[in-house]
Amino acid sequence: MNGVRAIIRKELADHFSSYRFIILFALIAMVSLITVYMVGLNIRNELEGVAKPKFIFLMLFTSSGALFSLVQFVAFFGPLIGLILGFDAINRERNDGTLSKLLSQPIYRDVVINGKFLAGVITITVMLVSIVMLVTGLGLSIVGVIPGMEEFWRIFVYLIISIIYVSFWLGVSILFSIIFRSIATSALAALAVWIFFSFFISLGASVVANAFLSESGESTPEAVVKRAKIVRGVSLASPMQLYTSATATIIDPTRKTTRSIVAMGPMEQMSMSRFSGPLSLSQSVFIVMPYIVTLIAVTLICFGISYLVFMRQEIRSL
Amino acid sequence: MEAKTIIKTEDLTKIYNGQVAVDHLSFELMEGEVFGFLGPNGAGKTTTLLMLLGLTEPSSGQARVLDVDPSRDPITVKTQIGYLQENMGFYNELNAWQMLDFVADLNAIPAEEARVRSEEALKTVGLYDEANKRIGAYSRGMRQRLGIAELLIKEPKIVFMDEPTLGLDPDATNRMMDLIERLCKERNMTVLLSSHMLHLVQRICHRVGIMIKGRLVACGPLEQLAKEKLGVGTEAYTLEQIYMKYFQEA
Repeated sequence: MNGVRAIIRKELADHFSSYRFIILFALIAMVSLITVYMVGLNIRNELEGVAKPKFIFLMLFTSSGALFSLVQFVAFFGPLIGLILGFDAINRERNDGTLSKLLSQPIYRDVVINGKFLAGVITITVMLVSIVMLVTGLGLSIVGVIPGMEEFWRIFVYLIISIIYVSFWLGVSILFSIIFRSIATSALAALAVWIFFSFFISLGASVVANAFLSESGESTPEAVVKRAKIVRGVSLASPMQLYTSATATIIDPTRKTTRSIVAMGPMEQMSMSRFSGPLSLSQSVFIVMPYIVTLIAVTLICFGISYLVFMRQEIRSL
Repeated sequence: MEAKTIIKTEDLTKIYNGQVAVDHLSFELMEGEVFGFLGPNGAGKTTTLLMLLGLTEPSSGQARVLDVDPSRDPITVKTQIGYLQENMGFYNELNAWQMLDFVADLNAIPAEEARVRSEEALKTVGLYDEANKRIGAYSRGMRQRLGIAELLIKEPKIVFMDEPTLGLDPDATNRMMDLIERLCKERNMTVLLSSHMLHLVQRICHRVGIMIKGRLVACGPLEQLAKEKLGVGTEAYTLEQIYMKYFQEA
């Protein structure tokens, strides 16, 4: 596995010294800091003279500052990190003639793609961890509340899910860089997929729901729930939906379900109002486990396809 | 001293999308010789090199490189062979030291050892004074020499060179050929040289093979080919004459 280490070292050096990484990082750090700064000021004003509520620190991540909360920001623009890091991973080497040079060294062919993917994941990890640390530091100094152990672990789980999510998009862009010869094509294809899954899938979901439910104007509880179910089912095809569902429950302990509409009988309603305390972390993780597993699965599937395509390509055409 | 066979192919065939690129190729390469591999563009020379490196699977037939089957054990073969490809690419943002470090890293050469070898290789190819420059600023000849330095730090037994003098000026071409000749003598490397510069091939190659449309139509020492094709007693022959003769017949 010596080759993998060599490639990772080279790729990391490339990533961290590239303008594209520096600009991306600066941009994301700036937006996150501004968002958290505004949220922090709001929280401080509202906390004036009030006893400290539970999980106040997590609110830094979930409440919106100017336009969006930090969690929403990562859900929307996190994919860009993955896409930008990977869209030219293989086809740039191919166009520059360095790919066949790499492959004529004593390494297996999969080492190239494994090394590139792992280096990307490491870069993503460094980026997200340092942004969360920056944000935490800023939040600490503005709000003046020290996060508890449970909050710390929740942020930790949130980070892990975010890294998997962004890595999925890294996998997508590496796949495109293998399939398409031209760097511009692979970049545009990756962007198109991102825009489709992030912005248009919710439109598609309501269209599908309308198609299934002929009397779409109906407002009986059953119809509403059925409609919500279909919309949800379709939009779960989007990794962004998977990610937001997974992280919302992790970062907000008072959420008890990943659904937006829940049909409840009177007894359930009563129990909900009685036991309205926050969930423990293990219960939160338990609720979102299917989403996390699916997210990991699609990431691996995406990487698996890249792997297969790359291994089957003839060198002559590289 | 009897020369050892270092590369041997038997009926090596490669078919790309129904087109025969290499057609039942059988030849041998002896240790320490410089073999000129000639043929028009698209004759299957590069494909043959790729098969010998284990980068492409042959459709049928087999090859033995240093007693190893390259498609079974490409890693062993690639450790022993240095491949100077046609139009080779470099990472333009690195300098020569970094590039050589990366190659050494891929070859699992320890860092201190790599420094020593890099320094020696850079001095041999005459790039030592410019090694701190970005490769992007290198001229064509310098890039080509850096490519040779990359081969040297691997300390290979066999070297494949695909058009090493392509696009070089006459002076640089001559120096490149001197370098190849010297390396071959000093380090006892076996060289498989593919080129269109026939007078240069004639100068440094012990044996030549001519490949046309995937078939090896001639293989042997120059004098022998001259005798066969140009008639006995021809004293002043050039490789070009022989080559054209074969080319017209094919």
